Amino acid sequence: MTFCGLDLAHPIVNGSGTYDAIAARRAFGDALLAHFPFSAFVSKTITLQPRDGNPPPRLFETPAGMINSIGLPNKGLDGYLAHDLPELARLPVPLITNVMGATADDIAALVEAVDARPEIDAVELNVSCPNVKTGLDIGADPVELGSVVARVRPLTVKPLIVKLTPNASDVPAAAQAAEAAGADAVSLINTLRAYAPHPRPGAHPPRPWLGGGTGGLSGPAIRAVALAQVRAVARRVAIPIVGMGGVQTGRHAAQLLDAGATLVAVGTESFRDPAAGTRIQHELHDLFAKSGDIVNRRGDV
Amino acid sequence: MRAIGAASERRTPAPLGRRRLRVAERHELGAYVVLAAPDPDGPAPRPGQFYMLAAAERWGGGADERPFLPRAFSVLRVADGRLHFMLEDVGPGTARLCELGAGDGLWVTGPLGLGFGAPDARPPARRALLCGGGVGTAPLAIWQDELLARGLAAPALLGFRDAAHAEGAALLANPRVATDDGSAGDHHGLVTDLLAAELDDDPHATVYACGPPPMLEAVRALCAARDVPAQLALEAGMACGFGACFGCVVPTRDGGYVRLCVDGPVLDAGLLAEVPAH
Repeated sequence: MTFCGLDLAHPIVNGSGTYDAIAARRAFGDALLAHFPFSAFVSKTITLQPRDGNPPPRLFETPAGMINSIGLPNKGLDGYLAHDLPELARLPVPLITNVMGATADDIAALVEAVDARPEIDAVELNVSCPNVKTGLDIGADPVELGSVVARVRPLTVKPLIVKLTPNASDVPAAAQAAEAAGADAVSLINTLRAYAPHPRPGAHPPRPWLGGGTGGLSGPAIRAVALAQVRAVARRVAIPIVGMGGVQTGRHAAQLLDAGATLVAVGTESFRDPAAGTRIQHELHDLFAKSGDIVNRRGDV
Repeated sequence: MRAIGAASERRTPAPLGRRRLRVAERHELGAYVVLAAPDPDGPAPRPGQFYMLAAAERWGGGADERPFLPRAFSVLRVADGRLHFMLEDVGPGTARLCELGAGDGLWVTGPLGLGFGAPDARPPARRALLCGGGVGTAPLAIWQDELLARGLAAPALLGFRDAAHAEGAALLANPRVATDDGSAGDHHGLVTDLLAAELDDDPHATVYACGPPPMLEAVRALCAARDVPAQLALEAGMACGFGACFGCVVPTRDGGYVRLCVDGPVLDAGLLAEVPAH
């Protein structure tokens, strides 16, 4: 199949920040390359400057899901290009690099740097971040989002994917703004903002469990939300959609494709099974074989 | 930082993906449950490595509709092709795992992480000294098995809350045992009292420790004060076990964090300014 001009073996990719292919190579050896679970690899979010991430605790288990408050640890743009990219370039699949900046200038610098590297096949913008100059959550405000996408669109010929935030009053309006400003695709849903109280109640004042205060909810708990948001966005934009949120089986992936997604990303389920992407792809393939070919219906966009 | 053995000696890579085992045997040991499961498709782990475990049925629907994520456990030992795990019921995940019996399905991913490194053999040779607390006894058992098989002495000091927990001491050979309440063992008090006395007697040791954070911090501090190398097997909540989630980080002495699942769980004590409280 093709997605934004990239040839992909199947529609299952990873969600940004849910798989570290370099660490997984250490844990699983060359089997990771021989049986890579995804048809493209999406990097974790890269920022201009290195980040240590949030203080622990960073995780909280919920009913049918989890809250993370990781805080986007990464080596920064220079560290990523110098140390991570050579290793990621050895993966047997196309590489999508996810970037985030707190100002339009930062995002532009990231997109320009990524555009210059032939090992990178596409760019994904993480816009679930406040603009430090305007104070607006970039992805939550369609005008702000449209202006940022319009600013960086001319800076790269690579496919530009905008990862929408679900923590917005009108997600389809944000998707439309991204499309109008030249985005090649949108991806959704990111994690839902969530809070975990400290498990020992009675503290005064009440304390959060997570070191970062709040976090993002993922896992099957958010699957129904993902289906609703993907369906609503698909009705308003013509560009392809990377759908994600709580996918655990091929049937769940097929539901997102039916809702209008072209690709499906697996995130939290990979934590439970590092080969979940492969299993889900096989289950999806078997479903298609039984009930008609969704890939051909939506494959060439 | 002192190197503690080549990574290849401390890490056996895991097969990619979880695999379903069948529990062959469950037995209770005081406050603990030991599960044994044949793992015909898995490689032999290095001592100190861990596995992510989940029950194949009814994983979810417990207290607070949990568990959801798999749980990390150091391997207790390998015997007759069976992986052994030492469990204590302390929450919805361990409660479900402790229910499992012979014939029940068990999802495992592993072996994961970096295990223990051999004691420095350069003269004057340092003896291995094992120091465990509670369920932290587990990785010391497989390490003692290997050290004894290599012909090395591996004396063990173990601390437990009370007599019911101290039954876990039977998992190691010839341990000296401390209990918090004095209801069992050789010493009424902390296992670190025993460790301090041992090191004051003869500081030519490499200490291998696993246990609750306050115990590990005491081990770290008293080894640092005596310039004794120590390898600490730490624990942290983790979602994945293979470096994906970035949840299990521990702050290092030099700033920044390491992920326990890929850079540990066994860390050189010199890497840490202190053992974090959770």
